Amino acid sequence: MLGHKKSVSAKDHGAVKGEPILTLSDVCRSFEGRDVIKKINLTIKRGEFFTLVGPSGSGKTTILKMLAGMDSPSSGDIVYDNQSISSIPPKARPTCMVFQFLALFPHMTVGQNIEFPLKIKGVPAEERYDRACQLMSMVQLPEDYYAKNVMKCSGGERQRVAIARAFAYDPQILLFDEPLSAIDAKLRKTLQKELKALHEKSGKTFIYITHSLEEAMFMSDRVGVLNHGVLEQVGTPNEIYAHPNSRFTASFIGDTNIFPVRVRPEGGWESSELPLSVVLKVKQLDRNIEGYIIVRPERLRFLTDGALADNAIPAKIVAIYSLGSSLQYELIAGKKELSLQLSSAHAPDYKVGDAVTVGWDADDAIFVLN
Amino acid sequence: MASYSLAKFGAGLEIRLRALFYSVGGRCALPIYLLFVIGFVAPLLLIIGFAFTESHSFSLLSSFSLGNFGEIFDPSSGIWKSFAWSLLFAFIVTIALALICYPIAVGMVRILGKKWASLVSLLFVFPLFISENVRLYGWVLFFVKNGILDGTMRLLGGEGPDLLFTPELTVFGLIYSYLPYMLFPTVLGVSLVDKDLLVAARDLGASRLQTLREIELPLAMPGIVIGMLLTFVLSAGAMSEAKILGGQSVIVLTHDIDIAFTYAQNWPLGAALAVSFTVIVALLIYAVFSRLDIDRILGGKR
Repeated sequence: MLGHKKSVSAKDHGAVKGEPILTLSDVCRSFEGRDVIKKINLTIKRGEFFTLVGPSGSGKTTILKMLAGMDSPSSGDIVYDNQSISSIPPKARPTCMVFQFLALFPHMTVGQNIEFPLKIKGVPAEERYDRACQLMSMVQLPEDYYAKNVMKCSGGERQRVAIARAFAYDPQILLFDEPLSAIDAKLRKTLQKELKALHEKSGKTFIYITHSLEEAMFMSDRVGVLNHGVLEQVGTPNEIYAHPNSRFTASFIGDTNIFPVRVRPEGGWESSELPLSVVLKVKQLDRNIEGYIIVRPERLRFLTDGALADNAIPAKIVAIYSLGSSLQYELIAGKKELSLQLSSAHAPDYKVGDAVTVGWDADDAIFVLN
Repeated sequence: MASYSLAKFGAGLEIRLRALFYSVGGRCALPIYLLFVIGFVAPLLLIIGFAFTESHSFSLLSSFSLGNFGEIFDPSSGIWKSFAWSLLFAFIVTIALALICYPIAVGMVRILGKKWASLVSLLFVFPLFISENVRLYGWVLFFVKNGILDGTMRLLGGEGPDLLFTPELTVFGLIYSYLPYMLFPTVLGVSLVDKDLLVAARDLGASRLQTLREIELPLAMPGIVIGMLLTFVLSAGAMSEAKILGGQSVIVLTHDIDIAFTYAQNWPLGAALAVSFTVIVALLIYAVFSRLDIDRILGGKR
C-alpha cells in the first residue's frame, strides 16, 4: 500500500488558489422572529483556512449549517463558484462537514466509516479499500485500524477517522463544527498542527468554527469574529490581534485592559473609570472625541526607578499569578481592575499589596469606537 | 489444564453461591428464586415427565413411552397441520408487525415531541387494560353478519365482507393483539439512533433510502429484533384469536394442547405437544439468531 501513496489534491486543476470560492451576500437567518444571523457579507477564498470564531450563541453553527445545506438563509444568498447553492440539499453540495460530536457510524469499522461516501457513490469494493488506506495514511492512522470498530478508538483516533471520512466524499470545501472542543489540551494542540498540515497538503478550502480565538489564530489564514449574529471583523490572525476594531474583538482573545476615553475640554484625554486628575495621552488620528482604548497586559509596564511612559497611573497589586514563562499581576487603580503581564525572567520583586505606578505609551494602546 | 479450569469453574461457582446466600441482595432475592422454582422449573419438569408417560395416564413416572411423540409426528394424525398453522401465523404476524410498527415508531420518536409521543403511547397501551377476550368479542360484533360493519354497509345499500371465522381474521386479531409488544421495543430501538448520524449520512451523499438501509435500520435493530422475538413467541403461543375470530376454521397448536388437556383427558399427549412445540420454536429462533451477528445487533461488541 505504501508503494503508491497518492497525494490528495484539489480535483479541478483549472481553479486558481485565492480566488473567491464561496460568497455570502446579505445572509440573514431568523428563528421565530428572532434574528440569529444579521446580514452577513463574507467571501471565502479558494484553498484558504478560514475560521469563524465567536462565543456560544453568536450564530456560528447556524452559518455552518447554512453552508452545509442543513439550514437555509431567511434572506440573502450563498454563492459557490458563481452558482447559488442556498436551496441545494447537503448531498448535492460540494461541502462536507466534520461534526462536533463527529457522528461516526458506531456499527461500522474504521474502514467502513471512511468508505461510506464511496459506497454511496457505488465505487467498487477494491477501489474503496485502496482509497480508504490512502486516507488513513494521510490522517496518520495505522493500516491495521481498517477492521477496528470505531467505538474502540480513542478520541484522537476518532477525529482522524471523521476527517478521513469527510475527505473520502472529496468535497471542495470542508466544514468543521468545533471538532476539537472535547479533546484535552495537549492532544488538541497536536491535532491542530496536523489539521493545518493537512490543509496545506490537500489544498482544499477549510471553514472551521470555534469559540476559541486562540485556536482560530493558531490554524487559520483568515479569521472572522462573530458576535450576536454580526460579523465584527474579518482579517488575518495578526490583523485581528494587532488591530482589533472593537472592544468585543479585543477582549475575545483574553485578558485585556479597556478604558472608555473622551477628550477633556482643557486638552488631553480622560477616562471615566480612572481618577479624573489623570490626563491621558491617546493616539487618535480620526476626529472622534469619544471611544475606548485597549492596552494589552503585556504592553502595560511597571514604572520603577524613574522610568517614564506617556501615561502613568498609581495602582495597588491585588494578586500575582504564574503563567510559567510569564507572570500576571492583577492591579487596582481607583475602581479599575488592570492586568499586567511580563516575562518571569525580568520580574521585579513586588508582593501583593505593594503600591506601584504602572504605565503605557500612547503607541501601545489601540483606539476603538465601540 | 482441564482439571485446572474445572477447579477454576468450581471456585467461580462457589463464589457465586456465596454471593447468592451471603450478600444482602442475594438473600433478599431468595423469594424470587423460590417463585422461579415453583412457578417455572417445577411445572416444566412435570410437563416433560408427562410427555414420556403412556397415553391417557394420569400418574407420573408409572410408565415410560415415546408413543405420544409417535402420534404427533405420524403424518396421518394431521397434527402437523396445527404446527404449520401456528408457525405460519406467527411468521406472518411478526413480519407484518415489523413493517407496521417501524414507521409508527419513527413518527413517534422523530416527529412527535416527547409530550405527544407519550400520549400516543398511552393510547396504544390503553386497550391492554381490558381483557383480551372481551376485546376480541368486540371485534366479533364488528365483523358479524348484521354487526357494525355489515349493518352499516347494508344501511348504505351494500353488503359487508364475510370475514368472520376465517384464518385471515385470525391474523388480523393477532396483529391487533400484539401490536404494543412490537411497537415499544421498536420505539426504543429508533430512539437509540443519534439524529446527527442521519444528518451526517445525508451530508456524505446518501439518499433517504440509503440512510435508512445503511444507518437507521442497522442501528435500530436491537429494538426491532427484541420486538420480533416477543411477537413471534407470543403469537405462536396464542389461542384466543384463532378460537374467537377464526371460529376454529383452523386449529392452532395451542388449541390442540388445550383440547388434549381438557376434552380429550389425554395429559401425556398435551404435554408431548407442548414439549415438541417449545423445542421447535426454540430451534427456529436459534436458527435465525445464529445467522445474525447478535452481539453486534444488541450492541454487545463495541
